[in-house]
Amino acid sequence: MAKPATSRKSETDNLRPFYAQFAPDALKEALRRMILIRRFEEGAEEAYTRGLIHGTMHLSIGQEASAVGSTMMLRKSDYITSTHRGHGHCIGKGADPKLMFAEFFGKEEGYCHGRGGSMHIADAESGNLGANGIVAGGIPIAVGAALAIKKQKRDDVAVCFFGDGATNEGAFHEALNMAAIWKLPVIFVCENNKYGMSVSTERSMSVAHVADRAASYAMPGVIVDGNHIEDVAVAVGEAIARARAGGGPTLVECKTYRIRGHSKSDRNRYRSKEEIEDWKLRDPIGHFETELVARGMATPAEIAALNASVETEIAAGIEFARSGTDPNPSEVTRDVYTPGADP
Amino acid sequence: MSRQLTYAQAIHEALGQAMEADERVFIMGEDIGVYGGAFQVTGDLVHRFGEDRVMDTPISELGAAGVAIGAALAGSRPILEFQFSDFAILAMEQIVNQAAKMRFMLGGKVSVPLVMRMPSGSGTGAAAQHSQSLEAWLAHVPGLKVIQPSTPHDAKGLLLAAIDDPDPVMVFEHKLLYKLKGEVPEVSYRVPIGKAIVRREGTHATIVAASIMVHRSLEAAEELAAEGIELEVIDLRSLRPLDTETIIASVKKTSRLVCVYEGVKMLGIGAEISAMIAESEAFDYLDAPILRLGGADSPIPYNPVLEKAAVPQTSGIVEGVRKLVKGRI
Repeated sequence: MAKPATSRKSETDNLRPFYAQFAPDALKEALRRMILIRRFEEGAEEAYTRGLIHGTMHLSIGQEASAVGSTMMLRKSDYITSTHRGHGHCIGKGADPKLMFAEFFGKEEGYCHGRGGSMHIADAESGNLGANGIVAGGIPIAVGAALAIKKQKRDDVAVCFFGDGATNEGAFHEALNMAAIWKLPVIFVCENNKYGMSVSTERSMSVAHVADRAASYAMPGVIVDGNHIEDVAVAVGEAIARARAGGGPTLVECKTYRIRGHSKSDRNRYRSKEEIEDWKLRDPIGHFETELVARGMATPAEIAALNASVETEIAAGIEFARSGTDPNPSEVTRDVYTPGADP
Repeated sequence: MSRQLTYAQAIHEALGQAMEADERVFIMGEDIGVYGGAFQVTGDLVHRFGEDRVMDTPISELGAAGVAIGAALAGSRPILEFQFSDFAILAMEQIVNQAAKMRFMLGGKVSVPLVMRMPSGSGTGAAAQHSQSLEAWLAHVPGLKVIQPSTPHDAKGLLLAAIDDPDPVMVFEHKLLYKLKGEVPEVSYRVPIGKAIVRREGTHATIVAASIMVHRSLEAAEELAAEGIELEVIDLRSLRPLDTETIIASVKKTSRLVCVYEGVKMLGIGAEISAMIAESEAFDYLDAPILRLGGADSPIPYNPVLEKAAVPQTSGIVEGVRKLVKGRI
């Protein structure tokens, strides 16, 4: 019988390797990306409120540490699959916010030429196999990418992002089982933000932790503080190293929280203001800034400069998107099929 | 003397040739390894290519479909076998929401070169959950290609074309055709996807059919020829893309259209073809109402008499066409 490998690492265990492993510049870049994700989403939200963006969007404000802590451990040739709450994963894997804004604005210049929008945004060039509107939709796809990696004898990995809600779908269980029996190089990163839309994990899951489910598939299941980038990066980094070495998959559960509602229709009827305010105090960006300053790896002035440069980038990105090209209605069926493959 | 293979052997040969020619190609599915597949299509391939390229999957249709899509996105050329097309329903999320839309959603930046093979159709006594003809479901989805070979020759050639294709191709194989013998060249050849073929030329009416219904239509045409009725029989081969040109040209020539299909008549492929003709230049050439002979508005029954009654048979085609043609001659 496989032993449940769920473990909780103490904070001190985790901090040391993380801050020793990376040079200050790399950590400052990680911080910059977290700030970039935050400002990107705030900018998108504002543009939505002003009627510049239509449809809907799912913001990951408060979840930036799991996105960056995971993707900072990857190479360009590694893959990710992302979710409806995927802006952070996309930026973390290397996407350009300007081209993401253009996608939100529905422009030809956008990553998906305005065909995908917020929910399907991805920079395929950077190894992002797609954000997904189906919560567990990307999980077997990540396993398939890992299967191809193994067949091609590469030492790349696939990191699969999903939320707590997705772990109640069959695709999650089928995919984890196959990843385990075939020992595939895939890391399942669950961003457990406590709610599948409005239903809490307490009401929807028979186990206390998503990571407990790893035991069913005889793979390591690790729980980390998802608002602490160092915890995420160390756990995901260990899982990646194991996967690259042929050791098979890992399930990493990042305990986190989304500060905004599920989507633009959310009226927050299922959670209290106190709960939201409490989680705001555990802001992943504030935590990382404090750690970097306390360790002498960044100065407050440097952080202020990072913030200023991100503000400029966001403003320029929105301007770029606003002046983009609207798709031509006569091209509505473009890219349904690969050109040249038709008879 | 040309070489004869069964439909199942022709598919088996195509799979083997594709794997020999391209190491990216692999097949996966339930019991396709040492068992040889529920219909013995994969047969000995696991012994020739090993378990890494002929992969038995758990009974996880949804997950396996997603795995195939992910592998295709990452540079492999997967061929997924569903044990029955009825089981593809378990994978509909991945087929419809993911495989079909991935390229489009990502702005044309990726392709999903994926083949899904599935035995379909009634006539084996397997009852309501192992006998359906669901090809019209999938043909309704932009982003997919759907093929339905009727002969051993086409089963091989269309499958090899599907494996070459950069987009997801759904292959509906008919269980009753697996033992059908026919001429199959030994070389690796392609039958183009999206091209219908006229199996028999005639002047009094056009029958549009696919898969096993092509054979029943040809039998009907043979019987009716004795009565002086000359039927033109079109084998669609592909439902999506649909070769509208060949159908329109034939209807303009014969002035009568009969759609014969095993799927449920309502909203089936015959409904699409009828509407397409009604909207086309061929409409003015019609001398009679369009006739659809499709599956009954019922699940497939177990009882053999009822099972036959639930889908078009040769006798029904003869009767329907005779009435259509003689009523107006």
